[in-house]
Amino acid sequence: MAGLRLIVRLQVDWQTLLTVNLPILLFVIIGVPLVLIGYILGTEFLVKRLPKRSQPSFRPWVWVGPAIVFVGLILVYPMIGTVVRSFFDRGGNGFVGFGNFVRMLTDPGILIVLRNNLLWLLLYPGLVLIFGLLLAVLSDRVKYEKPVKSLIFMPMAISFVAMAVIWQFVYYYRPPDVPQTGTLNAILVNLFHGQPITWIQDTRFNNFALILIGVWGGTGFAMVILSAALKGIPGELLEAARVDGATEVTIFRRIILPLMMPTIVVVGTTMVIFALKAFDVVYVMTAGNYNTDILARRMYSELYNAGNNANASALAVILLLAVVPVLIFNLRQFRAVEARR
Amino acid sequence: MGRLIRIVALISSAVLGLAACGGSSTASGQIGGTVHILGTWTGAEKDSFDAVMAPFTAQTGVKISFEATRDLDAILQTKVAAGNPPDVTGAPGIGTLIKLVQAGKIPTLEDKLDMNALNAQYGADWINLGKINGKLYTLYAWAALKGLVWYDPKAFAAKGYTVPKTWDDLIALQTKIRSDGGRPWCVALESQAASGWPGSDWVKEIVLSQSGGTVYDNWWMGKQTWSSPEIKQAWKTWGQILGANDSNVYGGSQYMVATTFGDGGQGLFTSPPKCYMFNQGSFITSFFDGYTPKPTAGADYAVFPLPDVNSANVGAHVLAGDAFVMTKDTPQARALLKYLATAPAQDIWVKRGGGKIAINKQVSLDDYPDPISKSLAQVVVTTKIGRYDAGDLMPSDMRNAYWSAILKFVQNQNQLDTILADLDKVQKTAYATS
Repeated sequence: MAGLRLIVRLQVDWQTLLTVNLPILLFVIIGVPLVLIGYILGTEFLVKRLPKRSQPSFRPWVWVGPAIVFVGLILVYPMIGTVVRSFFDRGGNGFVGFGNFVRMLTDPGILIVLRNNLLWLLLYPGLVLIFGLLLAVLSDRVKYEKPVKSLIFMPMAISFVAMAVIWQFVYYYRPPDVPQTGTLNAILVNLFHGQPITWIQDTRFNNFALILIGVWGGTGFAMVILSAALKGIPGELLEAARVDGATEVTIFRRIILPLMMPTIVVVGTTMVIFALKAFDVVYVMTAGNYNTDILARRMYSELYNAGNNANASALAVILLLAVVPVLIFNLRQFRAVEARR
Repeated sequence: MGRLIRIVALISSAVLGLAACGGSSTASGQIGGTVHILGTWTGAEKDSFDAVMAPFTAQTGVKISFEATRDLDAILQTKVAAGNPPDVTGAPGIGTLIKLVQAGKIPTLEDKLDMNALNAQYGADWINLGKINGKLYTLYAWAALKGLVWYDPKAFAAKGYTVPKTWDDLIALQTKIRSDGGRPWCVALESQAASGWPGSDWVKEIVLSQSGGTVYDNWWMGKQTWSSPEIKQAWKTWGQILGANDSNVYGGSQYMVATTFGDGGQGLFTSPPKCYMFNQGSFITSFFDGYTPKPTAGADYAVFPLPDVNSANVGAHVLAGDAFVMTKDTPQARALLKYLATAPAQDIWVKRGGGKIAINKQVSLDDYPDPISKSLAQVVVTTKIGRYDAGDLMPSDMRNAYWSAILKFVQNQNQLDTILADLDKVQKTAYATS
């Protein structure tokens, strides 16, 4: 099976490992704190020499300065570069205006890509929130909450690629005349006497099959944050509602849900951004074949397979434009939650 | 904090890189140091590659640092763009290679190898394959033969089937198998991000054998459209092999797209056989070795080359090979490439099996571990029209579109015209450089 072949055997050559990593290790352990302390002491020494009144307005900039420089260098600069490139031709020399965008948006394959992104956008955050909320609320009421939450959270610790390998076993297809070894098909054939389905290739199911992998991976994250918000709701409030004769469903609808709403929105918008960024699962499972392609994977193939910086930049900008409103909304919401604390 | 650690790691690795450059050579023959190789081999193939490397390290003292990836083109381009190329790269796609050569990122091998020895020990075709714009950049060490039909001689004998000598024989045989209630073919196309390539092998073998070397060359060079009569005819011929609705293939299109290429041969060895024939390159025996129970070469499986589709093109075979490129000019990389060109080096992998055929003519036919690999080596020697894998020669976006087209074709052969029109569209942009 394909999954098995991905499991690479590790052969450790201790000598190479030590000669390569020891200096890096020393650098990180000794060098980093030295540089940090040096920077703090050095700048503090300089700031101290300034007139007392202007010190408070200088100090924050000195502290936040390195972060701004790093973010500018490795985030803002490439982003501006990408936007600029999206208006130039493949070689990066001739200005083509919106030509790249027109070409990408009129590409016959792009409709499927946009449809799939929409599917991810609706289903991924929706399902993650529903499952996350359900698990947070239900696990809150049982004794073995901790082991349950640890189990659900565990997929977060695995990379998407490893998740895809695991799910290849779940979705594995064998012809009807031999025993099924894939989990889903085995259930389908033995319990319901159905025909095995090629979950990954069948265009009726494959997008949902792929999104489900993402949901499995993301639910733990949503659950943990929502659970924390749930624990923040004062017990007296629930107690009072119960004394007043409210049913558990009413309590959930009228008290718990409204109080958790800001957190739900933050988690939801974060998941929307995750959905727009989705790449790994599709890349590993189908490489965009069988009508499962999505924007981020298409961008990758434009960049690395076609070597077409123009098309890839245009797609990146389209993705960026889609993310920005969500991002702004998310930040506002986040601030609102913080302000309430 | 995470960002900071990354930055620090970056700086310190740069510092280390400088330190590594300071290594000095020692006694005669001993170069020392390390050669960084980027390749695609894992598992049994990696073990064999390690075995080839062991004498090199013993002779020269050069340590091997090997990095394996199945996404070689992307990784290589990233590493080169970052100014951190591996010393030697194993088998990048030609499209990527041409781009890098044009950008001046890859040194030529002309003045670094012993060209007299190479000309004496290598067939001219194999040296020419490694040339771009008339200069040698790529060294081929092992060949793989494509277009081979694997079968179980016991199953053939039980039903009274004989090995087809001509294309008509092959069509007659598959009709006979169908009328006996069996399935002639197993086809398996799943290969993660490269899914579809085994089917693309079928089509390119038919193009070469049906329409000859000129059409084949024009086709991969982008001068012959996909919807042209010759190429369309090749797809239709493959459709005839698959049968209407893939009825000649075990499990139909569902099995084809869902089954990993390496597992495709398992149907040959079941009782009764799920299928009687399986077309795959010579490397597939290393996958056969992983089946349970393990089939034996000769007793459980034998092989015949796909018959000539057109008698005008006798002895046409699609070949592929393990190519090596020096992506960074270091003494260790030069020594390694010199070593890989020698017969003793190539002999090691030949003896270990895995379908490898040595390109150095000094490797004896007696060194092939079983009659099958020996007969394959003979086919390579007697090939009249030898061409390299067209997919690997195409720009990588053309190649990927080709693979995807295969998947669409097996799911609905009636879509052929649309599929070929889409491929024509990709062809128009894929070969442009700006």
